[in-house]
Amino acid sequence: MCNLIPVATTVGANKIVPTISIPYPLGDPQTPKEVQWKLRYHRVGVALDSLTADIKEQTVFRTKI
Amino acid sequence: MKKAIHYINQFFAGIGGEELADHKPEIREGLVGPSLALNSVLEAEVTHTIICGDNFMGSNTDEAVSTILGFLEDKEFDIFIAGPAFQAGRYGVACGTIAKAVKERFNVPVLTSMNVENPGVEMFKKDMYIFIGGKSAAKLRDDVKVMANFANKLLKDQETGSAEDEGFFPRGIRAQVWLENGPIASRRGVDMLIKKLNDEEYISELPIPKLDRVEIARPIEDLSKANIALVTTGGIVPVNNPDRIQSASATRWGRYDISNDDRLEAGVYKTIHAGFDPAAADADPNVIMPVDAMKAYLKEGKFGKLHKYFYSTVGTGTTQAEAVRMGKEIVEKLREDNVDGVIMTAT
Repeated sequence: MCNLIPVATTVGANKIVPTISIPYPLGDPQTPKEVQWKLRYHRVGVALDSLTADIKEQTVFRTKI
Repeated sequence: MKKAIHYINQFFAGIGGEELADHKPEIREGLVGPSLALNSVLEAEVTHTIICGDNFMGSNTDEAVSTILGFLEDKEFDIFIAGPAFQAGRYGVACGTIAKAVKERFNVPVLTSMNVENPGVEMFKKDMYIFIGGKSAAKLRDDVKVMANFANKLLKDQETGSAEDEGFFPRGIRAQVWLENGPIASRRGVDMLIKKLNDEEYISELPIPKLDRVEIARPIEDLSKANIALVTTGGIVPVNNPDRIQSASATRWGRYDISNDDRLEAGVYKTIHAGFDPAAADADPNVIMPVDAMKAYLKEGKFGKLHKYFYSTVGTGTTQAEAVRMGKEIVEKLREDNVDGVIMTAT
């Protein structure tokens, strides 16, 4: 889970789930706690599901929140 | 005068070839074989020569290393030089093995020289200066001279150049240099961009090391039974940073028990990462290390078990060599604890 997708891609991470920033990857402090929680819960869920994905090449997983 | 100790194998000591490759380690005062050449160009006195059979070092590594470290315990020396090993594989591996151990124990600079084909290069180039050497002993004097020139700079605390300038294998370390003259960085950057747009050749000042692809892990079949661990390079640690992980250019990592926590609380955990503003993560460490979301999914039964520790280090300025080492150390621990999958967060 990272924000710098091109770096993760260059260094060879196989399963990549985007986050929203460098200092706060999983929750923008400018937004209410509930909004941060929804975002974090969603993206961590995508990461958990990605562990079960049978991929053949480097993959950046899609997030909705 | 500064002092050096030199390591060579049984062949170069004149003891014998393959049939005597089981020769046990010995230390002699003064110069033996290639040490003469080294001593003549080094601005330090080669006080002792250590000799060990290549097979003995290969097959009885622990004994060979501890014996040699024992020899060195009461010796004063400023630098340790092994080889050159040319294309001799076992000799190269022996030079790398002992030089690495000497560096770790005595914290002196260690140098060796090998041909590019020597397997010791891949194994040890990140751990020490390995100079690009010839294929055979015909190159002995040349190879020794290149090593000695560099060693002399280290001994005199003089500035050293890049791997390319000095003639050693790149170690995966980036260093900043001050250019005395020439165009400033922004100008050079724009020049490069223009060349790139025109499909012309240019040389990057920030070469990306050759890609080191990792095989794609097999997917987890049943997440509801899987043991999942959290790892981060975002520097989340208990507020007293018990493992003294560095805020930049980290060489250490830590692991912290979260089995009794539903989330990481501010004031209990924080980030020590020096590469970004820590305010958000200090106020809520879960924005980097999402223990709260993982515990929620655990309660729902989405996955089987959350590994009791999360692992943490700092990713800024950390060399590839250190990162690889720490990664391997962490993977070993995760394997011991039968972890099936890892979620890694980066900042």
